[in-house]
Order: sequence, then structure tokens, then C-alpha cells
Amino acid sequence: MARTPRQLARDAPHCKRHSLRAAACTVLILIANQCAVAAERPVAGTRDAEEIAPPVALIDRHVKAHWDAHELTPSVKATDGEWCRRVYLDVLGRIPTIAELQTFLREPASQRKPNLVDRLLGDDYLEEYARNWTTLWTNVLIGRTGGTERRSLVNRDGLQQSLRRALVRNMPYDRMVYEIIAANGVNKPGEEGFNGFVNFMAGNLEENAVQATAKTSQIFLGIQVQCTQCHNHPFNNWKQNQFWELNAFFRQTRALRRFAGRREIESVELVNQDFAGETNQPDEAVLFYELRNGLSKAAYPVFVDGTPLASTSGYVDQADRRTELARLIVAYETMPQALVNRIWAHFLGYGFTKPIDDLGPHNPPTHPELLQELAAEFKNRGFDLKALMRWIVLSEPYALSSKATGRNKGDDPNLGERPAFSRFYLRQMRAEELYESLLVATEADQTATSYEEREKTKREWLGQFATAFGTDDNEETTTFDGTIPQTLMMMNGDLMEKATSIAKGSFLYRVASDAKMNNAAKIRRLYEAALARQPSTREIALANELLELRGGDAVAALQDVWWAVLNSNEFILNH
Amino acid sequence: MYGLNLPTGMTRRHFLSHLAGASALALPAMTFTQALAANAKDLKRRHKAAILLWMGGGPATIDIFDLKPGAPTGGPFKPIATSGSEQICEHLPLLAQQMHHLAIVRSMSTREADHNRGRYYMHTGYVPNPNIEHPSYGSVVSRMLEKQTQERELEIPPFVAVGAGSVGPGFLGMSYAPFVVNSNGNVRNLKMGANADRLSQRMTMLASLEKNFIAEGRGQSAEDHAKILEKTVGLMTSKQMDAFKVNQEPDAVQDKYGRTGFGRGCLMARRLVEQGVPFVEVDLGGWDTHNANFTTLQNNKLPELDKAASALVADLADRGLLEDTAVIWMGEFGRTPRINGNAGRDHWARSWSVLVGGAGMNGGIAVGRTTADGTDVDCEPYSSQDLMATVLKALGVSLDTTFTSKNGRPMKIANSGKVIAELFS
Repeated sequence: MARTPRQLARDAPHCKRHSLRAAACTVLILIANQCAVAAERPVAGTRDAEEIAPPVALIDRHVKAHWDAHELTPSVKATDGEWCRRVYLDVLGRIPTIAELQTFLREPASQRKPNLVDRLLGDDYLEEYARNWTTLWTNVLIGRTGGTERRSLVNRDGLQQSLRRALVRNMPYDRMVYEIIAANGVNKPGEEGFNGFVNFMAGNLEENAVQATAKTSQIFLGIQVQCTQCHNHPFNNWKQNQFWELNAFFRQTRALRRFAGRREIESVELVNQDFAGETNQPDEAVLFYELRNGLSKAAYPVFVDGTPLASTSGYVDQADRRTELARLIVAYETMPQALVNRIWAHFLGYGFTKPIDDLGPHNPPTHPELLQELAAEFKNRGFDLKALMRWIVLSEPYALSSKATGRNKGDDPNLGERPAFSRFYLRQMRAEELYESLLVATEADQTATSYEEREKTKREWLGQFATAFGTDDNEETTTFDGTIPQTLMMMNGDLMEKATSIAKGSFLYRVASDAKMNNAAKIRRLYEAALARQPSTREIALANELLELRGGDAVAALQDVWWAVLNSNEFILNH
Repeated sequence: MYGLNLPTGMTRRHFLSHLAGASALALPAMTFTQALAANAKDLKRRHKAAILLWMGGGPATIDIFDLKPGAPTGGPFKPIATSGSEQICEHLPLLAQQMHHLAIVRSMSTREADHNRGRYYMHTGYVPNPNIEHPSYGSVVSRMLEKQTQERELEIPPFVAVGAGSVGPGFLGMSYAPFVVNSNGNVRNLKMGANADRLSQRMTMLASLEKNFIAEGRGQSAEDHAKILEKTVGLMTSKQMDAFKVNQEPDAVQDKYGRTGFGRGCLMARRLVEQGVPFVEVDLGGWDTHNANFTTLQNNKLPELDKAASALVADLADRGLLEDTAVIWMGEFGRTPRINGNAGRDHWARSWSVLVGGAGMNGGIAVGRTTADGTDVDCEPYSSQDLMATVLKALGVSLDTTFTSKNGRPMKIANSGKVIAELFS
């Protein structure tokens, strides 16, 4: 936990020994104050037009200027149904129910979009919002396979519990980053001293925390230093000494295993311990790294911008290196940029840079001013994640159709072009989104089981797609990538079998046996549930043919239509 | 009527016919038929193929194929004689008997010592670039040997990856994506949920949806989806899928390859190549030995590798397949000559080894050498693109080929790598 301002005031006298430490403490006090301010603000549930308008206008202005410069005419606006479907997918990780779609469409046209965003980011959907973003952040921090293997030092549930709590409160992002980086405590829920955030660091501390160094920098600063572990970077300005100087911040951190029985790991406690350095002199705790010519060089904690830690001591009570690092990171200029780029890519399909977590002069962004100014807005308005989402979702580029016109056909990052965001780029649902969307589309009863049980079932199903490479960087791959294994699952898999079941009580059974609807209405129902649109007359005619072929068996015919709709590109692609 | 009432039998062509009009999809079927007619007389020609044994994590080749006994960097393993002219590690006694088929390239020197970047570079011949995705080995080979697979009427995807280590098709498109399977030979969800008639009718309905969405000009992903659907239906109805069933092999054969994931993967690779699949990649991970390098190699990695790789090479040779099948053994990089404090070795790209053989390449030799302690290449260094060019040459692929990336940039095949001449003298 971050210390309160009062605790900080108590700590302050220690800082006077070193002026830089004092400066760092001041920074923390400022941050803590900022957090306090952020917590007092209404939790993004209400919409203040004056608060929102400037950042949305900022986005629209920069994106339009870019279109003009590249002689692009944007696509027309997406239909309201398409827009509604995409907002539900991007904010909550699932498609809208028919009732939700209808509520949205019944509202006055000028108000329906901001009102829907209010609802999705407000209290009504707090639980779902938190679940979706917990999943997204978990995958960023420990991947899809983190904590799923035996003897792992990572407790996936623990991380998710802490993330969920933070997201429910809309914890300011700088605070969240601080808590993740500086986290100490036990990784398993229910244990004394539990702090689920330690699970980010716990799995990355082997080999002198090389991976913790690389991942912390990559995820939170958008700076990729992993290659500089062994040599100066071939294409950017990062030098080998910078990697090891950053690494020095992690060297007090230890993951203490607690065993159940002889080999099973019960839990892991992350702690800071005094670091004696590689010369066994804690006052001057140094580490050495090897240059390519075989010579060794010394390194002490220095942040990426060249700020050295005032004390080289390895004693935690003299210099708590990881806490200092957390302070430096949340105050650094690329931190909000890295986040804005990540969230933008989530909603618009592509970031301002590719990859999204590699910022720097070697990889110039497509819209440099927009990235910088939006990051500044995000920072100035208290690192409010929901506010940032609101600005992006209500901006013009997010409202555009995915259909290209003759005048922006070339704007397709899939063809290797840099994105101009003059149309909405198609993208495949993530496996998690498909799973949740099928539950929604089939109106599955979700009250029968507990949250934990549901998450467990989902996790087991998701497990079939993800594979870890087993390398030190915990890299992994997925077969839910639009290739044959995914299509086979969609056509024949158990999840689809369930979704297209016609057993008594199932979704299709209920639609088919609803006496209030004729056949055309039933087909419309299926299209609305899956695609958020009405079927064309041709599509209704095709479905009627199927009904004839099934000998008038409406349930069987609906099953065929439903199978086809769920297997379509229009269903699986967020458009 | 829209033609749902069709005769029995779901075929790929049938689905395709319903998509006709979405021109991108109709075209391959046309060229497919034309190719069949034009090349009927070449049908007897033998088919080329390649098997990539991918050693994910980066194996310590200094302990396996380029030993430095007596040097401070040498480690405890001893070299043994082989059926070729070169020595290899004592813990590969079976592979040693097959080394007359394989060449060791000891002068690999690359610059990517990060897993992700190294995996990409070794698979594509290109370093990662934010603006373009390059096609990996399997995608390039399946594209270049397309005529051959059409002649063979191959229904299995031309690029099969057993395990998880591969890299995608890049700008060549989803048609050349790796088909990723488990080594147990069970392809998940292959069994149809409905009978063929009904599936056929559902597919007609589906084709209508796909076609509309594509026609709205929403981008490449919509078309890719339809292409993959078509291939998937082809798979579900194909007898060729039996090639995946390694448990149909006699017990003795399965024993020879070893009843391990990698053993089954290698056996599957042979079966797939026999069926006409031009590129199979088999993944053996676990080489990232920052800790306990020597015990891991001796007790775990090398025995599994030894059995499977030796059985594969011997089997391919016995069946006359090795003359036309290139075999490549490599990881993303080698490991440091310096042994670290945990009896491990770290990432090292400057001087390391790969194995290559078959498809007419010289076996039993070593190409290049490293310095006495293994820290440098002591002759002309070779790169990923050089190795790729060499393998493509062995497969009869023209190195003058130039692809066009999706944004119109010309891309030389194998990144203009130079062929390793010693392998073809």
C-alpha cells in the first residue's frame, strides 16, 4: 500500500540526509495528494460536458488534420447498432443484449451515445467493467498463461482480485502503477498480508530480476530495454549501462516461497531485503555486468532519464530502491503516453506506434502531437482511466464505419500502411470476448453459479488456446488467431454445441416456442442477438428455405440459422 | 429459391461456388483447375519438402555440436566420433550414427539475442520491423511449392506446426498460416456437429453472410475469414487427416522415435511429408538454460532429441524421402561460452551452430568454425538469411523470386541471403 501523506510527513526527516531523496519524497507527496484529489472526485459516473468536450475536440482536431494532410476522406458514420455493439465489446468485453440494444435505440438520437457511455462506465455495469478490464490487465501483466502452471510463483486469482478492487474504485492509473511496482506482501488471497499486486513482480525475479526490469519498463514506460541487457541497442539510443542501472532498483526484492508439503508452493511473499551488492559491501551495493568485450562494469541505481538514486546503499531502511523506482516511473513523461497509446489501440485497433509498447525517437508515432497532448490531458485530469475511455469512445474516429470508400481505401494498416483512423479497422474478438458474447447472445443463466466458478470454467475453456514458450521472458502464443483450429472450435466445439443447443430451456428452444412471435420475428431475434441488426429480406427468405428443408421443424431451422450467424465474419469481427 | 436444396455431400468447391462473386475468393478455384490441367504430365515428379526442428529457447550449441573440451568455456561434456567427419556431444550417440546425412554449420553469427526477436529473425530472415510482417519459413516454402501441392491434391494445410514455436505468414496472408496441432495427433473439434447434408445447407447460409460482409469493403480480415472457413471444411471432410494419427504406426516405430512429445512430432512430420505436406515444423522447447545447463541437457533435452531426430533422419533416408526433404535443426540463438554462476549459459547470438541436411545438401561435414573458446566465428559468418537461401535452393526454389508486400514494397525472397556453397559442391 502507498503511504498516506501523514506517514510521509513522518518519513520526511530521513530524506533530509540526501537532497535527491527529499525531492523524490516531495514527488510522492504530490502524487499522494493528487490521488486524494482524484478519490474525492465523482467516480466518472457523471458527465460534465465541460470536462469532456476539450479532450474529445482535441482528438477530432488532430485526426482530421492528419486526414487533410494525407488527402483522405473518412468513411461515413457507423450505424447506431454497429456503434452500440462495438462500445459494449470494447468497454465490457461482450456484445449487447437485445434489451440493451433496444434501450439504446429508443433514446433521442442526440443523447443516446453519451448516455450509453455514462451507463457503461457508471455504477450499473461496475462489476462487468471491472471484470473485463481485470482480464485485460492480467493478460498485459502476466500473460494468458501466467500462474496456470504447477509450481508457479504467480497466483493469478490474487492478481485479479487486487486489480478488480482497484478497477471498481476507478483507482487513478498512476496510483495503480505505483502499487504494482512497489508492492510487497503475500500473493495468495485469504493469506495474512495479502497483496495481489505482488504477482506481477513475483514471476519475473529470476536471473537477478532481468525480466522484471524489462517488463516494468516496457509495460509502464513503453520503453523496450530487454535487448540492452547484453549490448547497446542496435537501433535506438538505449545503452547497456542503462539496463543494468535500471536493474539495480530491483536487487533488494526477494520472492520468499512458502511450501505446502515438500514441493507444492503454497504462497509467495514479496519482500525487500538488504542487498549487499556483488562485493558484499551493503553501503555501496554494486552490481556488475559484462560488456561484449568481456570486461565488467559497475552499476548503481540510475533511472532511464539519468537521475541517479542519491544513495548507493543496499540497506532498505536507507534506500528502498523499488519504492523509489515506482515514484520515478509514475512521474516520468512516457508513463501517461504509454498508457494512452495502449488504451487507444484497444479502442481503435491500432496504436500510434507499432508495437504499442515501444516508444522513442527510433519509432515515431503516427500522430505525435495527439499522443503527447492526450497524455497531458490524462495526467492533468488525475490519470482517470474511465475519463480517457470516454474521450476516445465519443471521438469522431471511433464513430466511423468500417466500410472503406474510394477515398480512403488505402488507409488499411493490414496492408502495412500507418493507420490514419479514417475508418474503423476490423478486428477479431479476443477469446474472452467470444466466450462472454456467446453467454450473452444465448441468454445463458448466469445466476446459477458463483463468480469464481464462472471464471474457473471460462479459464479452463480459454486454456486450450494459449501455450507458453517456456522461455525466461514468459512469452506465449495463442491459436485463437483466426486460423483453422479456431474455426474448427467455432464449427464443432463444445462451446458452440452448447450455444446452439435446442434442449428444453435453451435459448433456441425458448425463441422457437415463443407463441408471440411468427417465424420472421424469430429470425429477426437471432440476428439482433448476435449481430445487433435486422436480417435482410433475402436472409429471411434463405432462412425460410431452411425451414422447409427441415420439414417445418422450426427449432431445427433456427438452429441452422443460429449456427451460420455465429460462425460468420460479421459476428466474430468487431466492426 | 436460393439453391439450398442440394444433392448430398459437402465439398469445399461447393462452399466456394456460393461465395462466387466475391472475386478474391473465386479466383483461386479457377487457377486451381487450370494448374491441374497444365501440369498433369509433371505428376510423376518427386515432391520437395522441409522439416524444421525448432529448438525454442536457444540451445547451448557449444555443448552439443561445437564442443570446446579443455577450454575454460568448454563445460564437462566430451566429444564423440560420428558417421560423418565431425565430432558431436557424447550424449547424442544415436544421432552420431546419422551425421553422415547432416552438416553442422558452426559459423552462425547473428545479432538478435532476445527470444521474440530471435525467433522472428531466424524464422523469416528479417529483423522485426514495425511496418511490415515478414513470412516465416513454412509460409514461404508452402507458397513457393504451391504448384506441387496442387498436383498432389493436398487437402491438409501446406504448413503444419507441431507445438507452438512458429511464426506467421506475414504479408503472404492467412492461406499460408501455420496449422498448429498437438503432437498427440488429435486435431481438436474435427468431428462435424451435423450430418453432411445439413452442414452443406448451413454452409450455404453462412456463405451468404460472409459474402455480404466482404462485399461491403470492410477490409482484409473479412476475406481471410472466408478463406479459412473454406480450408476448414476441406479438412473436416478429408481422408488425408489420417496422416496426423501417429498411433497408427507400429509400436516398434513409435518406440524408435521415443514416446515423447517431440518423438511423436517427428514421426508425425514424416507421415505428413509422405502425404505431400511441403513444410512441417516440430517444436522442442526448454533450451533456455540460464540455470543448470549441463544437467538439463544431459538428463532431459539431449536424450529426447537424440532418439527422435536420429529416428527421423534414418527413417527419411530408408524411405528415400531424404533426397528431397531438407531437415533443419535450429533455435533462436546459441548460448554464452561463459558459464554463469548458476551452472547455466545465457543468450548468445554471436557464434553458434545449426544443423542442416537432406534435399541434396552435403552431409557429414562441418561448415565454418569458431575460435578456441567459442566466443567468435573464425571464418566467414553466416546469417539467418544465408541459411534460408541455402534451404530454398535445395528445395529448387528460385532465389530470384521477389514478393510484393501488401503495401506494394518489393521483398526479395530470403532477404537476399547468400547460399552456403560448401553444402552443394
